[in-house]
Amino acid sequence: MRWLKAFSGQSKSSPEFEIEIDWEMAELNELYQQVILDHNKKPRNFKRLETANRQQEGYNPLCGDQLTLYLEMDGDVIKDVGFQGQGCAISKASASMMTTSVKGKSKEEAEVMFEEFHQMVKGELDPESEQNHLGRLKIFAGVREFPARVKCASLSWHTLHAALEGKGEAVTTEDEHRQD
Amino acid sequence: MNPAMSFDVNRIREDFPILKQEVHGCPLVYLDNAATSQKPQVVIDAITRYYAEQNANVHRGVHYLSQLATREYEDARVKIQRFINAAESHEIIYTRGATESINLVAASYGRKFVHEGDEIIISTLEHHSNIVPWQLLCEQTGAKLRVIPINDDGELLIDEFAQMLNSRVKMVAVAHLSNALGTINPVKRIIELAHSRDIPVLLDGAQAAPHLKVDVRELDCDFYAFSGHKMCGPTGIGVLYGQSHWLESMPPVYGGGDMIALVTFEKTTYNTLPYKFEAGTPNIEGAIGLGVAIEYLSGVGLNRIAAYEHELLEYATEIIGAIPGVKLIGTAREKASVLSFTVGGIHPHDVGTILDQEGIAIRAGHHCAQPVMKRFDVPATARASLAFYNTKEEIDALAEGIQRAVEVFS
Repeated sequence: MRWLKAFSGQSKSSPEFEIEIDWEMAELNELYQQVILDHNKKPRNFKRLETANRQQEGYNPLCGDQLTLYLEMDGDVIKDVGFQGQGCAISKASASMMTTSVKGKSKEEAEVMFEEFHQMVKGELDPESEQNHLGRLKIFAGVREFPARVKCASLSWHTLHAALEGKGEAVTTEDEHRQD
Repeated sequence: MNPAMSFDVNRIREDFPILKQEVHGCPLVYLDNAATSQKPQVVIDAITRYYAEQNANVHRGVHYLSQLATREYEDARVKIQRFINAAESHEIIYTRGATESINLVAASYGRKFVHEGDEIIISTLEHHSNIVPWQLLCEQTGAKLRVIPINDDGELLIDEFAQMLNSRVKMVAVAHLSNALGTINPVKRIIELAHSRDIPVLLDGAQAAPHLKVDVRELDCDFYAFSGHKMCGPTGIGVLYGQSHWLESMPPVYGGGDMIALVTFEKTTYNTLPYKFEAGTPNIEGAIGLGVAIEYLSGVGLNRIAAYEHELLEYATEIIGAIPGVKLIGTAREKASVLSFTVGGIHPHDVGTILDQEGIAIRAGHHCAQPVMKRFDVPATARASLAFYNTKEEIDALAEGIQRAVEVFS
């Protein structure tokens, strides 16, 4: 029952339940924040981009997540971006928020965000105390408490990284697996 | 009397120390038995005792410890032989697991008997370990891989299978029990049909061995592969059962110590069965642990285990299947242990993470059976897989957890 209470405390029902929230529930609430649930339900830029001049496939072979990323590059600037695919809430929301964050950014700026995001979800960068360019993406900091989900959050970023490098081959999160 | 009635699950649970622990502040509910089973204290003790009191290499020494280790190691082989009712103990080949067992047959039998233009038949619901070894063989030989289709309940289409049999087919390799759907395949019928055309049959028994009484002579299968770790034994040990006449006619796959009779640089004479297939120092601790696990399972009784698990699976099917939004994947008439499902639009990984916070361990993903997922047009499923130490209360906890996942994502 403590579960129900923890969640109703956060959202819809009576506040007296709030005392039931414990740290693990708080961690879970942090993982599945409203913003993330919203992006999962209504992913932004979830479309095939007709104007794309780069396309990149990304896979998470362990769980079957699949992502196609479309970039319209104007020189070194990401003019527009879109994605399609299937995956869990974390991977979908992460891809959705990534697209809104990197649109209009230069390749260099996007690569910095990739590095910082990756460090944050692995728990190597604390976005609250250390300088960074993550902005709203800080919401994914909760992933560091869920090692099994790091790959879900970073699939879209690995795919973006590969697209910016112009690799052309499908990337997988398996390299991540080995690093972790 | 219904054998499930006399089953004292709480006493059984006492045998498994890991079940007493809490995960994320909740009692552990372990429902990932198709991935690996938990181990009873007797198995843990046997492994400790082996290293504390019996450790030496096998088949090599004249000294006391080597003889002791060899005896324990070979006694385990006899226990396995009796467990599956094989005719001879030398028909029991130790491997690292079902995966290696299947690879061994594909490599050895394949090298000798499979040629360009031949066919190998597998089914849609195979684990990758009973797909990829045959694909590799087909690549090497120019043979063709053919796949038995299934219906929407996850049952093999036997009439279509019968149509696929012809003189070019050199092997039929199918799961006894599907790890992704829980379907119990009509393996006796499959074997009869294949044998009527003199085609050998390999059964992937990785999932079946811990849940069903297996009698290889009654089945009349040519090969049977299974893993120790899914049946209360240690990881890294498994079994290939093969009928003597096949094993004798097949070449060794690995060369090295223990598998030879005489070595000169001109020619090597191979050892007899089963050692021909067991090069190098084996997993002695694993074999001994598996022998004890088998004794333990036999003590509980495979028929009683099957009856209890059947009752539990029926209960779970009813309770979980009734949750709005839940869709069961795999609804065969003959099923065991496995409940695969999807929950509304929620990805199985999110279901898995939310359940994990409640101490409930399930598997979320494609279960190393991507063609099955494709057949049902889902990227992944959540899978609860039962063992004889699970309880109805744990199924209730699972149901509550799923309902909470639905609330989080509503």
